Amino acid sequence: MTINHDAAWAPEAEPVQAPLTPADVADAARLVSFGLQAKLLPARDAEYAELVRRHREDPPFARLADAVATGMGLVVLEVSPRAGMAVAAAEDSVFAVRMGDYSRRAASESTDRFLHGLAHLAVAALAFPRPEDLADDGYLGRVTVNGVDAFVRQACRRLEERAEAQGAVTDPASDAPGLEAAWRVWARRSSTGATKDARRLAGSTTGIVSKAVLFLVDSGFLQKTSDDAGGTFRTTARYQLQVRDLAGSAAMAELTDLGVVPVTDGTATLMPADDSDELVADAGLPFHSL
Amino acid sequence: MTATADQSAEYELRPPAAAARPAPGPAADEGLARRLKALACTAPLHDLDARKVNLAGEYGSYTMAEIGLAVIDLVTLNMDFDTGADRDIVLGRLQPRIAAQNPTRSTAEHERVGRWVLESLINVGSVDRGFRAVYGTFGPDGAYVRRDYDFKLVEEVPGPDGGVYLRTTDEAVNVLVGALDTDVTSAQIAAEVKLEVLIRRGRLADAQLAAEQARYRTVQYAETLRRALEATRRNVRAVDWMETVPDLIDEALDHIADRYRHENAILTNIRKARDESIEPEHKRRAAELVDIVKDCIRRHTQLQTRLLEAGPLFRAEQDRQAFAAPSARSGIDLYGHLLAPLLELPVEQAVRPTDAFFARGTGLRTPVSVRVADLVDLLLTPPVEREHLGAELPEPDLVATPDDSRFSEAQLEAALDLLDLPADAPRRLSGLLADARRQDPDLPYLVALLAVHAASPPVGTAYRQGEERLLFAVDDGTHLDDPEFGGADLVVGSALLDAAGMAADRKEAG
Repeated sequence: MTINHDAAWAPEAEPVQAPLTPADVADAARLVSFGLQAKLLPARDAEYAELVRRHREDPPFARLADAVATGMGLVVLEVSPRAGMAVAAAEDSVFAVRMGDYSRRAASESTDRFLHGLAHLAVAALAFPRPEDLADDGYLGRVTVNGVDAFVRQACRRLEERAEAQGAVTDPASDAPGLEAAWRVWARRSSTGATKDARRLAGSTTGIVSKAVLFLVDSGFLQKTSDDAGGTFRTTARYQLQVRDLAGSAAMAELTDLGVVPVTDGTATLMPADDSDELVADAGLPFHSL
Repeated sequence: MTATADQSAEYELRPPAAAARPAPGPAADEGLARRLKALACTAPLHDLDARKVNLAGEYGSYTMAEIGLAVIDLVTLNMDFDTGADRDIVLGRLQPRIAAQNPTRSTAEHERVGRWVLESLINVGSVDRGFRAVYGTFGPDGAYVRRDYDFKLVEEVPGPDGGVYLRTTDEAVNVLVGALDTDVTSAQIAAEVKLEVLIRRGRLADAQLAAEQARYRTVQYAETLRRALEATRRNVRAVDWMETVPDLIDEALDHIADRYRHENAILTNIRKARDESIEPEHKRRAAELVDIVKDCIRRHTQLQTRLLEAGPLFRAEQDRQAFAAPSARSGIDLYGHLLAPLLELPVEQAVRPTDAFFARGTGLRTPVSVRVADLVDLLLTPPVEREHLGAELPEPDLVATPDDSRFSEAQLEAALDLLDLPADAPRRLSGLLADARRQDPDLPYLVALLAVHAASPPVGTAYRQGEERLLFAVDDGTHLDDPEFGGADLVVGSALLDAAGMAADRKEAG
C-alpha cells in the first residue's frame, strides 16, 4: 500500500530537481534584501510578491533563501504575503541594534538604559494587551505615546500604593542606587518638559516613549496614523511576529533566570477600567491593571 | 382627540414669542450636530468639482461629482460580504460613464480621471485617508465646544490574500441614497412600498430608482452584521450576544422573509410588465429592473445564509476563545508575565529583561558603509537632531521666477490714487484715462482694468468685511472715444457703505 502510494505520488511530490544556478542564488539574495527593507510590503512591489510566492511554492528555493539569510546573521520569522520576508537580526549580527547606537546616554547611564528598554516593552504590552492579541494574526494594535506613558505610570502608582499600604520604605539607600525599585525610576522621571525650541524633551518619559515608537516606525513595526495624543500608531504584522517569536520569550528567559516566575491563569491581566477609577487625561486607554 | 390635546398642551407650554429661539442646550443641539455631520459627508463630492480646475490639463468638461457618486455606487454594489470591491473592476466599470462624458478625449485620460476621483474619495493625500469636518456643540454647562468629525467615504481594507480592497462606509451609503440620518429598517420599508406603488402605476423609471435604493439598504444591513461577526471572531466578549446581536439577527431574518415575499411579487409584476409592454424603452427598463430585483433577492439570500451561520459561529468562537487551551504561541501575557513583575524588581536586575527585549524587539538596521570620498563631507556636516520634529520635509526645489508683472507697484499706487474719487463726484472713464496717460503711457491699461473690474463690485463681501467705501463703475450707454480702448465710457465713482449700520443689523438678526 505504502509502496504503491509512493510510486504513484513520488514523481509529483518531488520533481526532478534542476540544479540551482547562480541566477537562483541571486533571486534568493534579492528576496533577503527585500526582507531587509522592513517597510516594503509584497503588496507594493510586484517583484517582491513574486519572490515571496516562489519561496512558498518552491522548497529548494526557500531553503536557499533561508540559508542566505542565516549566513548574513538573520533569523527568518515568516515569509508571507502579509509580512513579506520578516527577518530579525541574530545576536552579534551586523544588523543588530545596539543600545549605544540607539541612545548615547543610555550607554553610560544604567537608569536611562532601563527606561529605554522599558519603553519598548511597554509599547508592546499596550499594543497587545491580551495574550490572544499576540496570537491572533489578524490583530492590529494601536498605541499612543501619551497612552504608553500613562499606562506605565498607572502601573507604577499601583505598586506605590501597595508599598504604602504595606508600610514599606521604597526610598533606596543612597549608596546602593541599583537597588531602587524599577517602578520608582519611571515614576520619578518627569513625564514631559518644556524645551526652548518646542521639541519634546528627550529625557522625559514621553520623550523616551516617542523615541521608541519612532524607532519602531523606522523598523517597519509601527505605522503612524495621526498626531493625536502625542502620536498615534498602529502595529504591523512584523511587529507582532517579532514580539511573539523573539523579544517576548527572550525577556521571559532573563526574568526566569532571575528567579522570578510569574504565575497567571492564562487570562488577560489587563482589565477594562471600572467607571469609578479616574483615568489619566489623554491616556486614551481604558485599562488598569489588577 | 389625542392630537388636539397634545396641541393645546404645546400651546400652553410655548414661551412668549420674544424668547422663541432655540435654547442653546444639548437636546436642541443634537439634531443640528447630526445634520451638520450629514452635510459634511457630501462635501468631498462637491470638492471634486471645485478642485478639478487645479488639475494639470483641461478637465472642466467632466462632471466629477457624478463620477464620484458612480464610484460609490460601484464599490457598494461590488463589495462582497467578506472582501471589498476590487479596485480594477470598479475602475473598469467606471470607464463607460467617463468616456460618455467626453468621448473625444483619449482612453488614457479617462482612466486618469477615474483614478483621480477614486483617490480623492479615499483621500489618498491625507495620513489617515479620511476627511475631517469641524462642528460646534454646546456642552452641558453651556460652553461652546468645537469638535472634529472624522469620516471616510471609501476605505481601503486588506483582503485575505494581502491585497487591498475597497469598501464604502456607512457614511458613504447614507450620502449616496440621500437618506441622511435615517433608520435602516424604516428606510427599507419606505423604499419597497414606493417601489410597489410605482410599479402599479407603470412608472418604471422611478421604480428602478427605488429598487436600487432598496438594494443599497440591503447591503448596509449586511455590513452591520459583518462587522458584528468580525468583532466576534476577534473577541466574543466585544459584542453583546445577550441582546444586541440576537435582536439584530431576529430583526434581519424577519425582514428577509418579508422582503423575499415582496420582491418575488414585484418580480412577477415586472416580468409581466416587461412581456406585455410594446414600447421598447419601457421594455428595456423593465428588463433592467428585473436584473436589479434579482440581485436584491440574491443579496437577501446571501444575508440570510450569513444570519443562519451567525449563531453557530458565535458558539464556535465562544468555544474556541473560552475553552481553548492557551496555545504555546499565545503563552506570553506581556503585561502580566513581563511588565508587572519587572517593575517590582530592583532596577539593576530589571535592566536585564528590558535589555533582552530591546535587543530583539527593536528590529534591524542596515549598517551604513561610506566611501572615503564621502567620509570627508560626512564628517564635516554638523549633526542634525530633528527626530522629535516629525518627518523631514523635502527641500523644495525653488526656481526664481522672473518678475513678469505687467505693472509695477508704483504704477498700481498711481492708478489707485487716480481712482480714489470723492463719494459725491464720479468721473467718466475717458477723463481718467486721459489723466493716466499724462502720467505714464502704461497706466491707462491698469486704470481701464480696475474700472472694468469695478463694473460688478462685490457689495456683499465688502459689507461683510466692514469696508467703508467701494469703487463702482456704471455703463450709461455712452461710447468711449479713446485711441487705445473701445467700449462703454463707464461712470466711475466711490460708494460709501454704512458698515456700522450693517453690522448692527446683523447682530440683531443673529
